Amino acid sequence: MSETALRPHENKETLDTDVTDGELPARLAATWGTAGGLIGALSTVDHKLIGRRYIVTGFFFLVLGGLAAVAMRLQLARPENSLIGPDLYNQIFTMHGTTMMFLFGVPIGEAIAVYLVPLMVGTRNIAFPRLNAFSYYVYLFGGLMIWIAFALNVGADNGWFSYVPLAGPEFSPGKRADFWAQMVTFTEVAALAVAVEIVVTVLKLRAPGMTLDRIPLFVWAMFVNAFLIIFAMPAVMLASSLLILDRLLDTHFFNQAEGGDPLLWQHLFWFFGHPEVYIIFLPGTAFVSAIIATFARRPVFGYPAIVLSLIATGFLSFGLWVHHMFTTGLPQLGATFFTASSMMIAIPTGIQIFCWIATLWDGRPVYRTPLLFVLGFFFIFVAGGLSGIMLASVPIDTQVHDTYFVVAHFHYVLIGGAVFPLLGAIYYWFPKFTGRMMSERLGRWHFWLAIIGFNVAFFPMHLAGLRGMPRRVYTYPAEMGWDGLNLVSTLGATLFVASFLLFLFNVAASLRDGEIAGDNPWDASSLEWATASPPPPHNFDRIPFVTSREPLWAERQALPVVSGLAVDKREVVITTATRALPDLKESSPDPTIWPFVSAIAVGAVFIGSIFTPWAVAWGAPLAAFVIIAWFWPKSIEEDK
Amino acid sequence: MRCCRPALLTPPLLLLTACSGWQSSLDPQGPQADLLAGLFWVFTAVLSAVWLLTMTALVVALLRRHPARTEPLELNTRPERGMARTVGAAAALTLVVVVALTVVSYGAQRALFSGGEAPLTLKVKGHQWWWEVTYEDPGPSRQFTTANEIHVPVGQPVHVKLESADVIHSFWVPNLAGKMDAIPGRENRLVIQASKEGVFRGQCTEFCGWQHAHMAITVVAHSLEDFERWRESQISAAEPPDDPVRKRGMQIFLSRPCVMCHQIRGTPAAGKVAPDLTHIGSRLHIAAGTLPNGRGNLAAWIVDPQGIKPGAHMPLIKLNAEEVEPLARYLEGLK
Amino acid sequence: MDHRVVRDLSDLPNYAFGPRMTMWWGTLAFCVLEGTGFALALGGYLYLAFLNRDWPLGPPPPLFWSGLFTLVSLASLVPNYLVEAAAREENLFKVRILLVIMSGIGVLLAGLRFMEFAVLPVRWDFNAYGSLLWTILGLHAVHLVTDVVDTVVVTVLMFTRHGFGRRFSDVEDNAFYWYFVVISWLPTYVVLYWVSQL
Ligand code: HEO
Ligand code: HEM
Ligand SMILES: [Cu+2]
Repeated sequence: MSETALRPHENKETLDTDVTDGELPARLAATWGTAGGLIGALSTVDHKLIGRRYIVTGFFFLVLGGLAAVAMRLQLARPENSLIGPDLYNQIFTMHGTTMMFLFGVPIGEAIAVYLVPLMVGTRNIAFPRLNAFSYYVYLFGGLMIWIAFALNVGADNGWFSYVPLAGPEFSPGKRADFWAQMVTFTEVAALAVAVEIVVTVLKLRAPGMTLDRIPLFVWAMFVNAFLIIFAMPAVMLASSLLILDRLLDTHFFNQAEGGDPLLWQHLFWFFGHPEVYIIFLPGTAFVSAIIATFARRPVFGYPAIVLSLIATGFLSFGLWVHHMFTTGLPQLGATFFTASSMMIAIPTGIQIFCWIATLWDGRPVYRTPLLFVLGFFFIFVAGGLSGIMLASVPIDTQVHDTYFVVAHFHYVLIGGAVFPLLGAIYYWFPKFTGRMMSERLGRWHFWLAIIGFNVAFFPMHLAGLRGMPRRVYTYPAEMGWDGLNLVSTLGATLFVASFLLFLFNVAASLRDGEIAGDNPWDASSLEWATASPPPPHNFDRIPFVTSREPLWAERQALPVVSGLAVDKREVVITTATRALPDLKESSPDPTIWPFVSAIAVGAVFIGSIFTPWAVAWGAPLAAFVIIAWFWPKSIEEDK
Repeated sequence: MRCCRPALLTPPLLLLTACSGWQSSLDPQGPQADLLAGLFWVFTAVLSAVWLLTMTALVVALLRRHPARTEPLELNTRPERGMARTVGAAAALTLVVVVALTVVSYGAQRALFSGGEAPLTLKVKGHQWWWEVTYEDPGPSRQFTTANEIHVPVGQPVHVKLESADVIHSFWVPNLAGKMDAIPGRENRLVIQASKEGVFRGQCTEFCGWQHAHMAITVVAHSLEDFERWRESQISAAEPPDDPVRKRGMQIFLSRPCVMCHQIRGTPAAGKVAPDLTHIGSRLHIAAGTLPNGRGNLAAWIVDPQGIKPGAHMPLIKLNAEEVEPLARYLEGLK
Repeated sequence: MDHRVVRDLSDLPNYAFGPRMTMWWGTLAFCVLEGTGFALALGGYLYLAFLNRDWPLGPPPPLFWSGLFTLVSLASLVPNYLVEAAAREENLFKVRILLVIMSGIGVLLAGLRFMEFAVLPVRWDFNAYGSLLWTILGLHAVHLVTDVVDTVVVTVLMFTRHGFGRRFSDVEDNAFYWYFVVISWLPTYVVLYWVSQL
């Protein structure tokens, strides 16, 4: 390393040591703020604004997916119901599954990470903020595209895992499967970009002093999750690209007649698909760890055990994919290996559950709404995890695979493991996001309605599956004896949906006249509570100096902080990856419209390519031009 | 019936479940299904106990008297160490349970797929939205094809070879055995066996397009003699009709596009892309379990296949009103 | 919340090289995820090769252009290493010359890849083997072209008024990505060109 690289700042920039304490917040806010107007809004690179949009968009897709679910439940309420025909039903369950997994499940976890991780590690913006803005728009466009296609009756209709040959060129003519495949590639670009940002934020942007063993469990979970995304998403992008090629350019990857293989699709898809379900679940564990510490009034018990469990879950999740393929006739011994690995994952998951219970045991639980949702999480998720253990047995799976038993399993783990913690998280961080508390009374009603409605809706599905009801059927004959169970399910689903209406009402009402929150209404311990609610554009007036795993509990008098950062240009502290020693002050990009324009260009290429391969030939240079414009430095200041 | 045995996991909802078990994995009627149901109950018992234990621990953790503590960081080492031991023990117990369940599962799997000799081998081929069934036999003249209905002798294992003509399907008759996929370009195998006489229903369980919901198969288990009698009758070609109305029905059939897709052995109709109709009159259902068999339903189906099973690959064949009745009668008589 | 200042960071530098910078980690992360994509694509190739007994389903690809490509890309590691070193020294003159050389090599390699496509023995729509050859080579070509474009842009950048300070670190990142382009080629080359000769 040459000496020149280490030269101190020689130009005359204003540092926070040069201004008074009173002046500092306003100066920083001016530097880090977002300009007004539409262009300003579309140019912002503030992780909180992008994160907020991401969260709202995620919930928007949850509502769309939920409406699709209601439609399915209405159709299935009675046998031989003629409300929805097969064509529409197939589109609806595909849109439901696709939306829930790709447009809600994965993005919502990343969305909350985008908002909270920079705050929790004590920095001023996420790493690569322009990429972050870009990824949001790509996600938004991908999601809108597939729903607009659905509205135009070109909605995907092969299920959320689009098995070939059904989804191939021969059996799915038309453009439906193309929209599906492009949407997947599209939104996974966004997911991958965010994962890279999270990894780098956690590795390099942690506040000085936040050594590896002081990283909040929330951040650990999001960090491991980002790795899962990095290793899993390429598989589905590859798969969906091969599918598009088979469909549009007559390749033969999945065509057994020309040397391809339909099971190649399944291997690639599930190599992603199994980690995918943990990608949806790990943010849930992040929320649970944060909420439990605050409401049990003590640090989470077993920090190292939980961190190791998260990492172990990450590794193991890449060794399970074949358990989705137990009935494809694979060699028996091989299948058994996947039974064993699937069951092994109960151990790291179990350890986390046990540590959380121990925390509650030794704490002084405060029963506020966030904690209620976490208790609901235990009740539901553990049941779902255990039914997963049943599915992991090859023989048992031959009976229940592709029946409503599986539908029950995955709603127990998805809703129990991801949605309940998410709702708890919204109640918990709403004051930070908005500056106002949510109504506790409505929160309790919401919780009880949700947990009762959920169980009434989904428990009977176990029985329906055992008694022979396959999934993805638009109707069933009266003499099958499934009508009672289905009617109960539909009633439960109605209650569950009602609970969501109550939630949305609570959000709207609390936004308007919720109690003012203050910086740290729950007396929580992590750094996001050290700043105002909602946080100012620059997050922290001064970057914290971390001395403990629970910084706000350890430093009740005054938060140790560092000084010496620029106030009139965007600067973030870079620390060393393990020991978090302050190392550099890198500049952080200014707002720009180019990420938005790039997302439009990339989106146009993707959509155009569905109709003609030439779209890629013409579009790629265009997209390249836009992206170069994005990276081209706009001022000499940026070069420093 | 078996399926009403209460599971530990099942709260009062169980009361709502009526039992009609002709497509139920909880009402096993053969050795394979018995083994699977037994395994299922073992898992259910063990895992329900695990759930109850975990929930008990949670409830006790919440309800016990908690240490008085004003600052969250005032932790004592004694309880911390106790908790570490408890969590460690619970993790070890988890390991024991999952290893035990893996071993039990593997044992059942070995027993299930050990595949011995079977006197009878069927080839079942999934089509978008019906099943083609071929009874294999060393003597080519004794080999025959039928559709959507399988007859098996009680007490004998039956080998099923699974293939697909188009997309992936999955063959599942839960009262008799687990499911197995039918994948284009591959041949999968499955053994089914009935231990009692009866009629069991099966259904495609891999999503296969528009009419995935209407792709059922009926399995009829007979005594060996009845089975042999049935087999002989199926091997034979269709008997020519004797009464004039049915004769006319046959003429209509042979002069219409029906013959392009369907086969009726003993007549010039030799289509291969749709179900064999040689003995359609002997089957319990039509259109892959969509409707009970009978003259009325046959007529309804011919007049409006797309109304009954939207998307089915049988087109609407234009017939005069008075042609429907003889045609339906002809088919009904193909016993 | 009240603050107490415990450390002053006024003297920290604004940029550095290698793993001290966020961009280095970002580039690494993208290499890892793209590398995963390559590994899976090659896995798919081997999977289908294993399923089809008479692999390859067509004549194996000729070795000339790809061999030349491999040699040139290996050779390019030397100037690439030098440009990286020059960037760390912040030696603008050397960086400019070496970047021009690297741009030239990149364009040459893109040309070689183009020739390669022209001589492939099967079309992509002929059978799964052809599909794999075209797609995997195409996947690598996309990475190649992306980095060549990036190299050209960085080269131009270093000839403008922006050519100082942090931009040296960008040059270094560009060189880092080039290593990935070359290294990801090696297993690809072995699988596509030599496994089928066995
Ligand atoms: C959040 C998402 C999520 C999570 C966390 C899980 C967790 C698990 N899953 Fe599930 N799953 C998820 C989502 C899905 N799964 C599916 C399908 C699926 C299938 C294929 C079924 C089939 O198609 O036939 C199997 C075999 C499993 C197994 C498991 C196992 C073993 C776990 C384990 O991780 C559970 C571990 C947790 C446990 C066990 C409870 C806590 C542990 C304690 C309390 C310790 C004590 C435990 C013991 C002693 C056992 N899953 C599908 C269907 C995809 C489709 O077909 O559409 C989805 C969406
Ligand atoms: C109101 C709440 C919900 C209800 C009533 C509901 C209902 C259903 C039903 C009935 C099916 C089966 C459809 C079929 O097989 O024909 C289904 C499938 C599915 N659901 Fe839900 N669901 C709800 C929420 C969720 C959530 C929150 C998620 C994910 C986070 C989710 C993920 C899925 C997935 C992945 C499928 C599979 C789709 C497919 O087969 O392709 N659901 N849902
Ligand atoms: Cu899985």
